[in-house]
Amino acid sequence: MHRFANPTRFVALVRAVQPWAAGIALVTLAAGLWFSLIASPADYQQGETVRIMYVHVPAAWMAMFCYSSMAGASAVTLVWRHAVAHVVARATAPIGASFTFLALATGSLWGKPMWGTWWVWDARLTSVLILLFLYLGYMAIENAFDDRARGSRAAAILAIVGAVNVPIIKFSVDWWNTLHQPASVVRLDGPAIHPSMLTPLVLMAVGYTALYLWILALRVRADINMSKVRALTLRGA
Amino acid sequence: MDMIRDYFAMGGYASFVWPAFGLSAVVVVALLVVSLRNLRLSEAALAELRHVTLLSEEETHP
Repeated sequence: MHRFANPTRFVALVRAVQPWAAGIALVTLAAGLWFSLIASPADYQQGETVRIMYVHVPAAWMAMFCYSSMAGASAVTLVWRHAVAHVVARATAPIGASFTFLALATGSLWGKPMWGTWWVWDARLTSVLILLFLYLGYMAIENAFDDRARGSRAAAILAIVGAVNVPIIKFSVDWWNTLHQPASVVRLDGPAIHPSMLTPLVLMAVGYTALYLWILALRVRADINMSKVRALTLRGA
Repeated sequence: MDMIRDYFAMGGYASFVWPAFGLSAVVVVALLVVSLRNLRLSEAALAELRHVTLLSEEETHP
């Protein structure tokens, strides 16, 4: 891992990953949409609303995956002072925030017809809303300091402290009474979901993950370019 | 024709299913477009600055 602490080597890696991520994202999302909207059955209880699952669940998974990546990268930043780890964390924040917003919004659109309400203040929904605020707080702190290094440090500490929320989200449906259904894919006794519905779900999840890597690659390259711009401007001034 | 209308009606849940997919598409595409644009802008800024730096170095060390 330390090998990639070198920005030049890291950018080379990012450039190599980017077209693969883009290609996999486009192909799996196209196939995923086909299965989600056309080649999969309606649920015997939920009817056609079950299709919302194919955009809701992957968004929620990515919300947690991005946060874990951001917190992990922040820990590397603080422990080893690797500048590129911080670039990854900083580039991940808006992507994770977008996925979290989508998880909340699509969940609301699913909750209204199935639960009879757009929103309930239960453990799962509230902890995901807190996740959104953690992302927004991270981005606000990151940009709030004139001294960039201090802002980065404060944001990294927030990301690490906020990581306690991730297992709370995951297990909230087991620990507290809730309207939200418990896990049906990632569970010890195997997925409790029919293959005809698992196929679009897995395709969309792979698509969202590849999409994250694609957008991350774009944002990391832009971020490293801008720090070069700042360094050159400083040298010129 | 009825088949198509039935399909888009989503069993009466059209006003929940389509906004969920539409909103997801809008947010994801917007994020992608903004990120692509920022990369292009950063590349342009860097290229310009390198050009200026190169010129000024030529002036000081002819």
